[in-house]
Amino acid sequence: MGENNYRYIGKHVNRADAKELITGRRQFIDDIRIPGMLYARVLRSPYPHANITRIETEKAEALPGVKAVLTYKNAPGWKCGLPQHRKVLDSRVRFVGDSVALVAAESIEIANEALKLIEVEYEQLPFVLDCEEALKPDAPQLYEEFPGNIIPKTTPFSEEPFNQIHVGNVEEAFKESKYVAEGYYCYDKWPHPLPPESPGVIAEWTSPSAVTLHYNGGAPHLQKFNTEASIPGVAVRVIACHAGGSYGSKQLIPHLALQAIALAKETGHAVKLMMDRTDHLLSYELRQGSRIRGKVGITEDGIINAIQGMWYIDSGMSSTYAQAMTAVGLGEAQAFCGKCKNWDLDTVLVATNHSSQAPIRGFGGQELKGAMIPLVCTAIRAANMDPYEVFKKNFVKAGDSYIWRDYKWWEVRSVDFTAAFEESAKAFGWKDKWKGWEVPTWVSPDGKRAIGVGVGVHGNADIGEDPTEGFVKLHPFGSVTVEICIGETGGAQRHGVQKMVAEVMKVPFDGVQLVNSDTHGTGYDAGMIGSRGTITMGTCAVRAAKDAKRKLLQLASEKLNIDVDELDTENFMVFQKGHQDQVCLPWIAITGTPEMTITGVGVYKQNFDKPNFALYFAEMEVNLETGEAKLVRALEGTDVGQIIDPVNVRMQAEGSFGAAGADTAIFEEMVMDKKLGRFMTGNMIDYKWRTFNEFPQFDTVILESQFNTESFHALGFGEISGSPAPSAILMAVSNAIGHEVKEYPVTPNVVLKAMGKLGTDQAATSNQ
Amino acid sequence: MERVAIRINGVLRKFIIGEEEGCVKPEETLLQTLRDRLNLTGTKEGCNHGACGNCTVIMNGDAVASCMILTADCDGAEVTTIEGLENPRTGELNTLQQAFVDHSAFQCGFCTPGIVMSAQALLNQNPEPDHEEIMEALSGNYCRCISHYQVATAVEDAIQRMKEER
Repeated sequence: MGENNYRYIGKHVNRADAKELITGRRQFIDDIRIPGMLYARVLRSPYPHANITRIETEKAEALPGVKAVLTYKNAPGWKCGLPQHRKVLDSRVRFVGDSVALVAAESIEIANEALKLIEVEYEQLPFVLDCEEALKPDAPQLYEEFPGNIIPKTTPFSEEPFNQIHVGNVEEAFKESKYVAEGYYCYDKWPHPLPPESPGVIAEWTSPSAVTLHYNGGAPHLQKFNTEASIPGVAVRVIACHAGGSYGSKQLIPHLALQAIALAKETGHAVKLMMDRTDHLLSYELRQGSRIRGKVGITEDGIINAIQGMWYIDSGMSSTYAQAMTAVGLGEAQAFCGKCKNWDLDTVLVATNHSSQAPIRGFGGQELKGAMIPLVCTAIRAANMDPYEVFKKNFVKAGDSYIWRDYKWWEVRSVDFTAAFEESAKAFGWKDKWKGWEVPTWVSPDGKRAIGVGVGVHGNADIGEDPTEGFVKLHPFGSVTVEICIGETGGAQRHGVQKMVAEVMKVPFDGVQLVNSDTHGTGYDAGMIGSRGTITMGTCAVRAAKDAKRKLLQLASEKLNIDVDELDTENFMVFQKGHQDQVCLPWIAITGTPEMTITGVGVYKQNFDKPNFALYFAEMEVNLETGEAKLVRALEGTDVGQIIDPVNVRMQAEGSFGAAGADTAIFEEMVMDKKLGRFMTGNMIDYKWRTFNEFPQFDTVILESQFNTESFHALGFGEISGSPAPSAILMAVSNAIGHEVKEYPVTPNVVLKAMGKLGTDQAATSNQ
Repeated sequence: MERVAIRINGVLRKFIIGEEEGCVKPEETLLQTLRDRLNLTGTKEGCNHGACGNCTVIMNGDAVASCMILTADCDGAEVTTIEGLENPRTGELNTLQQAFVDHSAFQCGFCTPGIVMSAQALLNQNPEPDHEEIMEALSGNYCRCISHYQVATAVEDAIQRMKEER
């Protein structure tokens, strides 16, 4: 916005951790060496559903260097999951890759050898991979405590869980709607978030009732809370290592943590349990499957007026936090259809025999929207309206209300994204490119290639979620420390907070240091989730810095006998405004000797009155003969209130490709052998990812409308950058080929099938 | 006893190949030797099957996946890791590293050493590659945060800076 004469906010500043990262000195979890540390490996199930009928570990235990072998017989009975259901080790395995036994040894190689010496016999059981099949009365049952394979709707956010929206009168609203359409859409190919660094933990007992856990996620207090809930009476200190990517997937590593803690207890040593890439791909958590069967009504003037439906959520063999994702997804549906007063949308969370679901960037919202935007578009198509115009008209803005995850109504304040809609559409050239539903933007003269465009939108009020407590400390010789628990998973949140504190204190950027992300030395903070950091950590830091500054100037006022309002501080000096040449003293002259630290306190409490916003435009080119579809250009628009760092926020938008984002619509999927119940994409050659030489033109429009937040009018954005992309890509391909595509990802097979060029038999064969 | 000598970041390192305690086992990879024996942990283990490029080092002038190379096969090789790029006495970053810092051409930074080594190998062989050549040279490097656009900017800026230095 220009009129704010900031030192750092809005300008690019090199990250404090840049030099360590670029020289290879930055310590990641696999670089940590603790004296006496043992290495753990997990024996994994070859069957999707089985009882262990015999397990012999004597030979493994006898291998020199092996320190412990655990099976369901001797492992602690701790459980994780929501509600707690997943044991450290169980006599029953529920997916290919489920844990059968744990080994701790002096080296990884010895641990791997030991796994081969464990003898296991299984009784194979019938299994179910499809979430709707799992709901049928005769379906195989995964857990006795979850009859019908329905995972209970408990949430951590409210006594009565928010897992359905029943508002207004849907039947009446359909009668009033000029256009009504029904549909069934799936976004359920279990793409993998696949951070380059696999999940890992190091556990060490420091007393009979205290454990230290190093982990490579970015939400250490959340991990602490989660693990302490699983092991009653034990205090868990969590140290978050600099994470090699997470995208939500490593913010909680509950099961691995319990396994490492169990082995550490058994051996009396620190134990490192780090997944290798095969385990990571085949045994860790995937984006949950999402299907919606529903009906949508739209009024003559393009207001989405009624939504009715059932959202089926495939949680795999466990729920880490799926109910929370359901609640947030439903909130985000209301931000999308912000004018809709009539809802009848129910949900069911289903257990199936494949890898567990996980919170991944997009957290329920991307999963729901991948299916729900195409559903809503069935009605927009029936009305023959421009989807961009309908999205703009319906997206929530100040004055509208929604039920958020805490099952309370929230009135939206401050934000209005109309300008961001319009600037982005203009920059993309939407008005020129949009030719109508299932109408290509361009067809090559020979008729062999066509281009289509699509649009998707998303917003999430979790940017204000959960509390943050912290301190800003001013040290007499001129330095500042920030005691807030901020992990680093790539989003440069530590950098953002460092800037904010340097800005408030008017000190050099590198005069501000952040403490390590360790639950022992910091107050509560829920971590790097939901793009909450900018508002929650930022507000806490700004409040604490202002409090520290106030205390410093108050002390100076008493010492110098000058009114506090006449004093200010800059570059670690306190001065009298307008008389800087006469009264200008270093901090130590104010604090005196013996030295005293000045401590400012900050507390932020959660608030859901502002969603963020992402609008994604895709331009897809399709080879009409081969069905090959590629992204030729994309543009993402947002309004972040105030840019904290222009490079970092742009990279958050560019991140929409990765972490099971936009490319889940184009080629990313875990391919299942449905006969064996086993994924076939267990390495990084078979699991497809976008390489450097395949990145298309990608533009961003990032507005700064100075929203009403204490974090320099900024709000967080990165969580949602990929969320509106899949449906936009599906729409673009449909328009290019002139037929609706209903399936993700748009592989040649899917495209040719939609064009009627592939018979059902051929399609089935090529799906194998 | 078989011995191999490898010059790593300018220092000659000699290893005995064998099954005994302390020896480099025949199946030990260059990645394991670098990380576990020499504490050169800047080289990262990503996939361990040669697909992600996180473990890239420069060997005899070429960018290679160190997880796919056996140390026993490296006799006489010249290897540079991420730790070998800066000035060994002053710690001053080389031009490419400094360009990465100035453009924040990373997010989580886990894949960054591998990307830098691939780019450095390219620039050593071809000091003025065009955009396509840069992206092609990096096509074996996995980055999931999506810093690709910023990496391209940093490499292109480094090329300019190197030109000015010449």
